[in-house]
Amino acid sequence: MTESTHPPATTPSTPAGAIVPRAELVGISKRFGATQALDQVSLDLLPGEVHALVGENGAGKSTLVKILAGIHQPDSGTILLDGAPIQINGPARARALRIAVVHQEPRLFPDLTVAENVFIGHAPSGRVGTIDWRATRRAAEALFHELDVQLDVGAPVRGLSMADQQLIEIAKSLSLEARVLILDEPTASLSAHEVARLFAIVRRLRDRGVAILFVSHRLDEVFELCDRATVFRDGRHVTTRPTKELTTADLIRLMVGRAVSLFPKVETPMGDVLLEVDGLTRTGAFRDVRFSVRAGEILGFAGLVGAGRTEIARVLFGIDRRDGGTIRLGGKAVDFASPSAAMHAGIAYVPEDRHQEGLVLDFSIAQNVTLPILQRLFPRFLVRPSAERRVAREFTEQLNVRMTGVDQLVGALSGGNQQKVVLAKWLASKPRVLILDEPTRGIDIGAKVEVHRIVSELAASGLAVILISSDLPEVLAMSDRILVLHEGLVTAEIPHSRATEERVMFAATGSPSGVETEADGAVPAAGGQA
Amino acid sequence: MNAQDRSGGGRRWLRGFARWESLLVVALVALIVLGNALSPFFLTAGNFSNLIAALMEVAIMALPMTLIIIAGEIDLSVESMAGLACALLGFLWAAGVPLAIGIPIVLLVGALGGLLNGLLVARGGLPSLVVTLGTLALFRGLALIVLGPRGISDFPAAFTEIGFGHVPGTLIPWPFVIFLGIAAVLGVVLHRTWLGRQVYAIGKNAGAARFSGVRVARVRIALFVLSGLISALAGIILTSRLSSARADAAQGMTLTVVTVVLLGGVNIFGGSGTIPGVVLAVLAVAVMQNALRLANVTVEVQSIALGLLLIISVVIPTFAHQAKSAIDRARRGRPPPADSVPSGEIALS
Amino acid sequence: MEAVGGAPSGTGGWLGAIARQRELSLVAIIVVLGGLVSLTAPQFLSVDNISQVAVLASIVAVAAVGEAIVVITRNVDLSVEATIGLVAYCLARTLELHALDAPAAIALSIGLGLVLGMVNGVIVTLFRVPAIVATLGTLSVFRGIDYFVAGSHQVPLAGLPDQFTNASRDTVFGIPLFVLLVIVVVAIGSVILRSTRFGRQVYAVGSNPEAAAVLGIPSRLVVFVAFSVCGLLAGVAGVLWVMEFGTINGTAATGSVLAIVAAVVVGGVNIFGGSGTLAGAALGALFLGFIANALILVGLSQFWLQAIYGLVILLAVSADALILRRIHRASAGHRAR
Repeated sequence: MTESTHPPATTPSTPAGAIVPRAELVGISKRFGATQALDQVSLDLLPGEVHALVGENGAGKSTLVKILAGIHQPDSGTILLDGAPIQINGPARARALRIAVVHQEPRLFPDLTVAENVFIGHAPSGRVGTIDWRATRRAAEALFHELDVQLDVGAPVRGLSMADQQLIEIAKSLSLEARVLILDEPTASLSAHEVARLFAIVRRLRDRGVAILFVSHRLDEVFELCDRATVFRDGRHVTTRPTKELTTADLIRLMVGRAVSLFPKVETPMGDVLLEVDGLTRTGAFRDVRFSVRAGEILGFAGLVGAGRTEIARVLFGIDRRDGGTIRLGGKAVDFASPSAAMHAGIAYVPEDRHQEGLVLDFSIAQNVTLPILQRLFPRFLVRPSAERRVAREFTEQLNVRMTGVDQLVGALSGGNQQKVVLAKWLASKPRVLILDEPTRGIDIGAKVEVHRIVSELAASGLAVILISSDLPEVLAMSDRILVLHEGLVTAEIPHSRATEERVMFAATGSPSGVETEADGAVPAAGGQA
Repeated sequence: MNAQDRSGGGRRWLRGFARWESLLVVALVALIVLGNALSPFFLTAGNFSNLIAALMEVAIMALPMTLIIIAGEIDLSVESMAGLACALLGFLWAAGVPLAIGIPIVLLVGALGGLLNGLLVARGGLPSLVVTLGTLALFRGLALIVLGPRGISDFPAAFTEIGFGHVPGTLIPWPFVIFLGIAAVLGVVLHRTWLGRQVYAIGKNAGAARFSGVRVARVRIALFVLSGLISALAGIILTSRLSSARADAAQGMTLTVVTVVLLGGVNIFGGSGTIPGVVLAVLAVAVMQNALRLANVTVEVQSIALGLLLIISVVIPTFAHQAKSAIDRARRGRPPPADSVPSGEIALS
Repeated sequence: MEAVGGAPSGTGGWLGAIARQRELSLVAIIVVLGGLVSLTAPQFLSVDNISQVAVLASIVAVAAVGEAIVVITRNVDLSVEATIGLVAYCLARTLELHALDAPAAIALSIGLGLVLGMVNGVIVTLFRVPAIVATLGTLSVFRGIDYFVAGSHQVPLAGLPDQFTNASRDTVFGIPLFVLLVIVVVAIGSVILRSTRFGRQVYAVGSNPEAAAVLGIPSRLVVFVAFSVCGLLAGVAGVLWVMEFGTINGTAATGSVLAIVAAVVVGGVNIFGGSGTLAGAALGALFLGFIANALILVGLSQFWLQAIYGLVILLAVSADALILRRIHRASAGHRAR
């Protein structure tokens, strides 16, 4: 990692000064069918800098990442590496050039060991060209030691957390002695302390002279980690500036092309307690969880990934069974054996994974919206397409889904509009309790604001809402109360008025001061305000 | 078999769908014309009646198989269930049980066999390919245990009429009527009811279906029970048509059943396909087999044509799709998209 | 062996250990079964009987090894039995007609198997037909060609050279030739899968095709080679088939795909790709062979065999699922602790 670059003397200087960029993209264009994904964009990455690339979905960030990764070829434009023009005609070539990409979702081999995943494609070979497994193992151990991470390199990747998998990707780029490291939304599925660990590692790599491109939706992270930021909009380069000269509002304005205000929280009167949970336990996931939600209330669930938030939602929605405790809905004890039972009782669940769990991408908007209510809508067994379209139109128009019509395939919509279709689907089921699991993950800022507005309005209309989110500003702004979980236990319950990032984080990390926070800031879990 | 492949493939199949059925109609007409040129007997009613009757067990089993494959599963055990039904019916008859009691028992056993498949797949979470491979062996084994090497053939004439006879005054074989009846019912269920919608939803994305309150396990179990039941029915019809019961009856039929279903345009990975498509495929295969038979090609060698047909039926849509995008590119005068370079070609679109 | 299937170490406790050591548990089950059966039928454990079972199982084992490679790449080859049948008939007929001498005929037969495997490979990788559809089709086609070539002819045992048909009874250092062949095939195959770049690519493609593509692994080439090797080994199995049975017609090896896939599944190869070992597949074949043999010796009719095969497949796949679920739960519990 101590390699020095040998720039040719004739390298043209750059706006950044005399330093030759590690990587420079000049006038890159790329078209897919009718879509101009990238239009004459330029970008330079300096050695020892973390460079943020931000933009809404469809701005061209991932196309650029894929061009650098060798997955796509640009239609025009040049790429320079340490001043020399190069062609990245495949992923293997990218690796040979020591350009490493950590994708949003780690692309590992679940059946292979951690060590092999790190070294796949370039494992140390022994005599007669066969792979030297002992050397591979030792080298992997050394890498994780260097990263200050404890991981059994002989274990298979299957079953490892997202964060651990991401670290394996980083170890992989270390093993390549990457000159350029591209992090594509690396924090999307990480909890706060995992993010902190990742950032520490990224800074260490930066200090070694690696040029790092950091693609993220989380603007707070951009300011925390990055030296410069480049903004893309609609496939065009908007600006590149030092982050010191920018504010969050600037960035948002540059990204969306207009000013938007985040989190339109509406204060609403609350009704009776709708959902009451006491002593809820599922072995290995969470235990003794106690809370209640009122009609019109938004209850936020904060906590690190793996704290048990999604697991609670899954039990409430009948996907998993509880091992103990009670759930009361509208005062009646309930026990759901299946999602359909929970649904019929008036619970709706917008899952974390839109593509795998939220939608049937190959179905039309109308077919998706009516899927949960088919039996209710068509008690005489036969589906009437006209009635189906009418219902779908009613709810999608209410949520302002941008579409050509309800017969359009959901897969053709943008992420934000897809999420609105998921919401429309559950609104059509006329729920009393709405559980949202990371509802704004991976959707762009414009859509995010709309989702927030919709959720607020729904609560105002008398729904009890449970909002699970790893986006702290979102939970803080949207929730009337916040329930904080740590390793399957409720560590704090904080009312909106007292909620601060620090308080939530303390409780979420289970640190001793978190308990203090609970003592002075929390109210009793259930029925306290009755 | 990853999700991306699946959904991409699904969309392609969906779009090619209406065209696929028209293609089948064209193929059917072409085969009839060809057959007529080969032999003057080709278009005679008697000839057609014979050729269709011989394919009816396969055709009947193809109907529930269509639903199962659309739901993203497969049932390889159908031939053995038909064989078990045949053997059990023979055994019961030989033991003096009247057919009026024997047939319901056989159908019940068929449903129970399907229930076993369904429970293992839907509740046990096991891959249907392996489960039904297991029951393919298991049901055949039970047939052998029940009947051994015997053949039972003294069935009453009234019974053999089911498989062998025709609708009075016509040359339409009874099994064909049964096939059309089941096809009509399942066609309506699949294409016009919410249950059918749920079957497609499960095939396209079982996770999302479950999270939308679809009782995925129950639907899957029901489909396997249906498959077992109808396979047993096919076994009974086979017994009747051959007027003999043997433990090795219907051996090798699963292959033809699956071939017919896929030929009908059903996506092997689930999520798309129609009953009319499969009915057309049944007719096309019947006509093809008849043409080959008139050309003096033995039944065994006909399997070459069947296998080629199966492969071609999948290759054509793929290549049509590729040709179309190549033409589109040429029209725009742009280089091919980079994702067709050798290294990054799989599942990156 | 721990790296071969990329199998777990450290998670899942003793269940994990069993999952990792499917080969050992199969051996253990065979031994226990042997002990039990020998109580009623002492000849079960005789050297003669064991070597006879092993020789018979070798044919399935060779084919199962090829099948295992294909299954590890997340594909399946249902046409192997037709390849075995076609190769067997062509070889027998060639020898009967004295068209070629035995070594040349054998080489040509294995070459025929390779070509048939390559045909599958081309259809799957170049024409992009899903493996299950492609090989279902070629099963039909190859079998049809077999019928077409053979017609109603049957090559009798007497039509083959003695030396050739005696090979199934030959031994080297007391080990039957067939068994030795399986050991050599498994050993070479295992080394390739475990320690070469290509071998690891086989697992990588099966474990996560998308990641393999991003990594620049030539997935289609890997799958093509897997199908080719599978065809080649099916060709070898076809040769062994003739040596063992002698009397060959157009229906040879019909239905044997069941035993081959069963051996693979019982041998612990994940039907969805990415994990499994060749030794496991071979032991799976041996295990099924012993069960068949035990049935006869215990006095149960042959008719029970199919049913028991079916039960064994169901048990094996249930056990796999149970172990995997425990591992997942164990690691989930680990995280939430």
